[in-house]
Amino acid sequence: MDESAPLLKIENLNVRFSHRGKSVHALRGIDISFYKDEIHGLVGESGSGKTVTATSIMGLLPRPSAEIISGSVFYKGKNLLLMPEDELRTYRGRAISMVFQEPAKYLNPAFKIGGQIEEMVMLHMGLSKVAAKARARELLKLVGLGRDGRVLDAYPHELSSGMKQRAMIAIAISCNPDFLIADEPTTALDVTLQKQILKLIRTLKNIENMGVLFISHDLGVIREIADRISVIYAGKIVESAGKESLFNKPMHPYTRLLMLSIPDARHRGRKLATIPGQVLDATSTPEGCLFAPRCPLAEQRCFSLTPELVEHEKGHLAACHFAGKSWNL
Amino acid sequence: MDLARFIAKRLLRLVLTVLLISTIVFFVIRVIPGDPALLIAGIDATPSDIAAIRAKLGTDRPLSAQYFDFLWKVAHLDFGNSMISEEPVTALILQRFPLTLALAVLGMVIGTVIAIPIGILSAVKPWSAWDYVGLVMSQLGMAIPSFWLGIFLLLVFAVKIPIFPLFGAETLASLVLPAFSLGFARAAILLRHTRASMSEELSKEYIIAAKAKGLTDRMIKYKHALKNALLPIITVAGIEFGYMLGGAIIIEQVFSLPGLGRLFLYAIYQRDFPLIQGGVVFIAIVFSLVNFAADVLYSVVNPKIRLE
Repeated sequence: MDESAPLLKIENLNVRFSHRGKSVHALRGIDISFYKDEIHGLVGESGSGKTVTATSIMGLLPRPSAEIISGSVFYKGKNLLLMPEDELRTYRGRAISMVFQEPAKYLNPAFKIGGQIEEMVMLHMGLSKVAAKARARELLKLVGLGRDGRVLDAYPHELSSGMKQRAMIAIAISCNPDFLIADEPTTALDVTLQKQILKLIRTLKNIENMGVLFISHDLGVIREIADRISVIYAGKIVESAGKESLFNKPMHPYTRLLMLSIPDARHRGRKLATIPGQVLDATSTPEGCLFAPRCPLAEQRCFSLTPELVEHEKGHLAACHFAGKSWNL
Repeated sequence: MDLARFIAKRLLRLVLTVLLISTIVFFVIRVIPGDPALLIAGIDATPSDIAAIRAKLGTDRPLSAQYFDFLWKVAHLDFGNSMISEEPVTALILQRFPLTLALAVLGMVIGTVIAIPIGILSAVKPWSAWDYVGLVMSQLGMAIPSFWLGIFLLLVFAVKIPIFPLFGAETLASLVLPAFSLGFARAAILLRHTRASMSEELSKEYIIAAKAKGLTDRMIKYKHALKNALLPIITVAGIEFGYMLGGAIIIEQVFSLPGLGRLFLYAIYQRDFPLIQGGVVFIAIVFSLVNFAADVLYSVVNPKIRLE
């Protein structure tokens, strides 16, 4: 396979949720490419469509309330969205794997950690019970839970929250996936643990050469871990660039405002920016740029003409009429 | 908390329950009208005859003395002698208990076999044919009194189509109809609990995680969800079993089975204080023991409970 080709590619993904006659346009034409051996950070406010993007890739959108209106998710040339459930199942956990936000809820309380790893490697890799146990032990060591054999035989409630998250990561990487989705994996943890988990994910990425989609509402966290960053707003990617490029030269005013809202130790005493207004009501579909009502730069055309996500510099894409021009907030 | 401490705690609770039940039954049967001495003596008895009988029965002594004497004996599982037959109450009970126990166990088996699978299928496939079967069955089970069902079953399967014996307790076949009448109503409740528990588990986050792991549908439902769903069912089943022991009293009447039920019913007619007391306390002990066993079993399969 061509090394420069994306590992996983989302094209024009539109997802709508309907509930009791009300419908919400959760994703409005998402385009993202993920590459091998790269951590791609996806950042956005709550309700902007981060998790919907992740669950679309996994084929885990809640049915029947979610509906994919259009789009595709290509993995190794195959459109996962058109794949029958039985076939898709063989990719889940095996090729594409996921770590969730609250390990306490996403680990099964009635099974030992070891068992939760073993069942997966036995199913996907065809290992024997003995080999699976050895694999589980090895994985726990890899995620830093190997000092004693205790974790293998522990139930989730016997572990601390940091340990639980490590265990969930061990489960996710158990079958050497090509692609790992981490949906706010550190949000439920305190800052020290957060750092440790971020470091762990980076280390594992280096060992396994995985592509990683790292989702967070916190640009500070994303900055720490990601190689490439996409900013999502109201179900649309507004900017996507390498980390350096994005932080040195944000092209979308929303990205810039997000940056100003990160506390920075070098600028103590600086007043943190807040973005006025609220995320667009996803039930409506207005003309023009979705961020316009909150944008300090907005002018007439922003409310009528939809800006496309285009490449303004090499590898730096933005969907803004002002992108590529000089502006200040 | 370790298992030993947990068991010790539950045992203490068991003892307190039995103490409380003993106290209540002791006073209740003395408050309700009816003097056993009068019943035994008959209508021609002189006041001195009655006094003699009372002295013999011990009912002439102060209530507090009778109470503490009773508690002391209960602690030794000695419920005294029947006032009527003068045989030891414990012996009378143990003689009749196996039949009632067999009835309850069989009722429980029948109830569980009906309730658990249908409850699970109803939750896995809501609004399917299984779910409607479950819904209709549980409505019927809760609405139909067990004695009515018993009479109905007798009329159909012992009189019209004589596959089962009309009365007697000689064979296992003779227990089928009473056990079914007993188990059906309990199955209704167990079924609703199973369905609710299973559908709650199926909506939990770890199910999404299990899907993300690429596990098969079967593994997700019948391994991951089911183990969690059955945990609370153990407790419910324990309580249901206790109710069946009590419910057997009525069913034994319907099917003329010489179990505990009939023994206690006659004891009540005859104001046989020791036998009534012994019977109620005995049922309380068995009920508590069953629940205790269910609790211990629950904590063994779910170690989380002991920490809470």
